[in-house]
Amino acid sequence: MDTFVQQLINGLTVGSIYALIALGYTMVYGILRLINFAHGDIYMVGAYAGFILAAQLGFAANPGMFGLAVTLIGSMVIAGLIGMAIERFAYRPVRKYSRMTTLITAIGMSLFLENLFVVIFSPTPRSFPQLMQNQNYTLFGNAAISKTQILIFAVSIALMVLLQWVIYRTKVGTAMRAVSFNLNSAKLMGINTDFIIAFTFALGSALAAAGGVLTAQYNPKIDPLMGIITGLKAFVAAVLGGIGNIPGAVLGGLLIGAAETFVVGYGQNIGIPSTYRDAVAFSILILVLLFRPAGLLGSTVQEKV
Amino acid sequence: MKRILLTFGLIISLLTPLACVRKNEGGVSDNTGPIKVGVYVDLTGATAGFGQSTKNGIELAKDEINANGGINSRQIQLITEDDQGRPEQAKTVVSKLINQDKVHAVLGEVASTNSLAAAPVAQEAKIPMITPSSTNPKVTQTGDYIFRVCFIDPFQGAVMAKFAANSLKAKTAAIFGDVNSDYSKGLTEFFEREFNRLGGQVIDKQSYAQQDRDFKAQLTAIRAKNPGVIYVPGYYGEVGIISKQARELGITVPILGGDGWDNPEIWNLGGEAMKNTFISNHYSVDDPSPSIQKFVSAYKARFSGTSPDSLAALAYDAMYILADAIRRAGTTDPTKLRDAIAQTSNFLGVTGSITINKDRDSVKPAVVLELDPAGRKFIYKETVQPEGAAAAASPAAAAASPAAATASPAMAASPAGSPASAASPGKNTNSAPGASPAPTK
Repeated sequence: MDTFVQQLINGLTVGSIYALIALGYTMVYGILRLINFAHGDIYMVGAYAGFILAAQLGFAANPGMFGLAVTLIGSMVIAGLIGMAIERFAYRPVRKYSRMTTLITAIGMSLFLENLFVVIFSPTPRSFPQLMQNQNYTLFGNAAISKTQILIFAVSIALMVLLQWVIYRTKVGTAMRAVSFNLNSAKLMGINTDFIIAFTFALGSALAAAGGVLTAQYNPKIDPLMGIITGLKAFVAAVLGGIGNIPGAVLGGLLIGAAETFVVGYGQNIGIPSTYRDAVAFSILILVLLFRPAGLLGSTVQEKV
Repeated sequence: MKRILLTFGLIISLLTPLACVRKNEGGVSDNTGPIKVGVYVDLTGATAGFGQSTKNGIELAKDEINANGGINSRQIQLITEDDQGRPEQAKTVVSKLINQDKVHAVLGEVASTNSLAAAPVAQEAKIPMITPSSTNPKVTQTGDYIFRVCFIDPFQGAVMAKFAANSLKAKTAAIFGDVNSDYSKGLTEFFEREFNRLGGQVIDKQSYAQQDRDFKAQLTAIRAKNPGVIYVPGYYGEVGIISKQARELGITVPILGGDGWDNPEIWNLGGEAMKNTFISNHYSVDDPSPSIQKFVSAYKARFSGTSPDSLAALAYDAMYILADAIRRAGTTDPTKLRDAIAQTSNFLGVTGSITINKDRDSVKPAVVLELDPAGRKFIYKETVQPEGAAAAASPAAAAASPAAATASPAMAASPAGSPASAASPGKNTNSAPGASPAPTK
């Protein structure tokens, strides 16, 4: 029982990160019908932004909650700006062409970001400084939860609530939903769709950056290719939940995180090697595409031609 | 959606690099001109710390040799290639070194998987290759042109099993290894065999893959079994995080490892979690023996105060052994050079007395070190002699050897040889070092 609860905590920690990244995939898809494959790399960019901020502002030397908050928010802002720039200079010029063109641009953008960071920072993994004193708490029995994990849950939940508020309670959120419903009609209603799309990219990128910094607090190793697998899994999470559906992305992220943790944690006793960790997410993707292409919470009627 | 995924898959498959191997054309001069030594290490990948240390060690040795007039009045020229820590890349760069740069000998890699990928290229071209620090037995089994100057995993795994059973009095152990690494697989096997032989029991085996970042699932499974020690035969990049996450889960038992942990990056990744952890290693930087201290101070002076890890020391020894063999062969003709390396006997290196045996491996003692995160250093615990190495380790042989084997400048000052061999003549078991390395601090 202890072990089960512990694995659940482990899985939900990983899952929260996937959920944060999946939100960006799903929001962009909801508005542009575009799978932004560069999104996983934005997560990496966010981690590096935090790494530089923490080093430059001296938070690495004297850790504390303040330094962590500044690093987190700072890297979210930087990643948000980079997300907007990518949209403005890479996606907007090709938006008027077929959807496939934009998709391939996104794949190109992903490779560009990865290799740009390899050139700038070299592929050598860096160790991210610990920005707060870690501490362990025992829940009941033997199940332990660390301060970092609590932080990951707290920040993830706060950001998701904030996102819901932005989308359903603010003017810009209403505009986002309108654009998602029908871009051309929204434009006719006087909505500045270019701004709304840029804003969506900024929002998604900031969430991914938060995921990057939080992950780096949990597993302090960052490298320019860290976004590939994590990004793909977050994408699977978005598809599982129903792409374009925001609560679905969160649910999908948590499910994928828990599923792979349970497979790794219990699988080796019944002969499934731990390297199947990555296979879990993609098996789920195949099953979802076969049996419920709209995802768990998605609706099937929205498909447009 | 299916179309999208199909496109993505196609693009990935197109990007997969294609390696090509060219035939050796020969035609290099074997008696005049610079001696070209190819070095292939990981300078930018996951084990870049190993590669950098190895490169430094080789360069230091090369500069010392060249400053002393070179070998048979020929200078050594190094050609260093980065394999990014990837086996396929290791194979490609070694092929380039041999076919394009026409090197006379190859030094490298650290990670056994990469050495195993590149060794067949050297073997096929009949160019001698010395790996400074790949410990998996299979590396030198590739062929008669492949050598190593470090001990092998059956010994290294047994050292830690003995330490766990005898010194830590552990009855049970769990092993947590890297499923894709030959180094890790070898150590897992030999640790388990020896630990069982000593009456212990391996109660759980879990695995991870390099580049994994979350290990809590496996560690939770290990915690449920409540082992006396956890053996993690991996590389520093993962081990630092594994220890951190293990301590976060409330696992307090000792964590043991091998020479793959020996990199300063482990302090950044693991921090305080590296308390109560122990590794087997090739030498201790705090060993007071004059030959070792001479090397340590030369290395520090050259590389801005960085103290040499065991990989740097082994690389330094590998370069000197190669130089010694070229000197004795009098030529860089591959066949004669190969024979000369194979005849290396009682060479007094920084990492101990090195004799290449019939399997082209070297038989040497190992040290057990304790990690000290507060001081960010490895503290010497004990020296373990290899079985059946009595002759090689005896002081008489060691004292006689400098004349017979070599005249490396670092060694000339200390004919007594390594403290390990001097302290315990002819003993096969764990031996507390009597005369020499007093625990540091």
